[in-house]
Amino acid sequence: MNCTKCKTRAVIDLPRHNAAFCKGCFNYYVHDQVGRAIKSEKMFGKDDRILVAVSGGKDSLALWDVLLKMGYKADALYVNLGIGGYSEVSHAKVVKFAETVAAPLGAVLHVHTVEQEAGAGIKELAMLIHRPTCSTCGTIKRYQFNRVALEHKYDVMATGHNLDDEAARLLGNVLRWQEEYLDKQSPNLPASLDGFAKKVKPLFRLSERELAAYSVLNRIDYIVEECPMAKGARTLLYKEVLNRLETESPGTKQAFYCGFLDKQRKPESSPTTMAEKDQAMLHPCSVCQQPTTADVCSYCKMMARAKAHAS
Amino acid sequence: MHIQLSHPSRTVEIKGPKKTKDLLKELNLVVEAHLVIRGDELVTEDEMLYDQDQIEIRPVISGGSPRLTSPR
Ligand code: SF4
Ligand SMILES: [Zn+2]
Ligand SMILES: [Zn+2]
Repeated sequence: MNCTKCKTRAVIDLPRHNAAFCKGCFNYYVHDQVGRAIKSEKMFGKDDRILVAVSGGKDSLALWDVLLKMGYKADALYVNLGIGGYSEVSHAKVVKFAETVAAPLGAVLHVHTVEQEAGAGIKELAMLIHRPTCSTCGTIKRYQFNRVALEHKYDVMATGHNLDDEAARLLGNVLRWQEEYLDKQSPNLPASLDGFAKKVKPLFRLSERELAAYSVLNRIDYIVEECPMAKGARTLLYKEVLNRLETESPGTKQAFYCGFLDKQRKPESSPTTMAEKDQAMLHPCSVCQQPTTADVCSYCKMMARAKAHAS
Repeated sequence: MHIQLSHPSRTVEIKGPKKTKDLLKELNLVVEAHLVIRGDELVTEDEMLYDQDQIEIRPVISGGSPRLTSPR
């Protein structure tokens, strides 16, 4: 398989774009998709100071890498949750990336260690306060992210959520009609009066597979292993279902999520419903009197054609 | 060929030559959720893999926070 653009040997195929790319053209594609996301959602400009939330996984490290290579001012925050070996390995990967890639480009890594402030890792903490680990974790990460952003006066916080994350979350919310959450699924949440810094998701146009490929191709050493608490999360099931649909019919995830964003962006469409529109256009068929939008209804047309052929 | 899989970490032996696409199908793995790496290079779906190749099939899906509905 050859690169759709430059005809050299391709390293990755992108069925949803009907394309395959070599490393150079793929990197260009990734930067271009992030550029479009930043522009279409008015996320930030070249002078803004960005704080990226990094976990040591492929998405957040790829995000930091892309932003720095595109010339943005992006520092990062890593929260060490104190989950045994998982936290040790992910912390080491983040530090290695910060030293070898980010620091030479002038970027800084902030680290918050849960154990240092709370006296225990996230699992013990959750047990102490009788809350699920992941919700304790979410609260801590959100809090620390916002605190560092405000303290160091960052203009915007950026997270590595990708197309799969957003599509899976949308599916979950739609399945249970959690309409109150749909408003909050925008990739750009403006700063709020109650002291939340602005929050953006510049990777929402890229799939998980594309981000993993970007990391492998650019030798970004990320943690492949999952957080041990993530097992059995419903998100995984939604992602699996969406990926089966995607494999059968490439472009499904993007159509689902980006279509949702388009609909949200448009001001309320004309107040007439489909039913009202139909009503306005219907009149009796000139042959049989049943309602139709044409002169002769489709049933009568069909029967006329059948009779013509029969004779 | 030697194939390294993750989640859980294990290796399997499969007879080559074989197209990447067919290898995934044989292992019942969805293309959209995996990358196939030979040595340390990514390969596309139509690439032919041989017995002497070192192959890693890397899952790309992460679970993340299960709080689907978290507002921020
Ligand atoms: S899986 Fe749960 S505990 Fe692990 S990082 Fe995600 S939210 Fe935190
Ligand atoms: Zn190319
Ligand atoms: Zn009729």
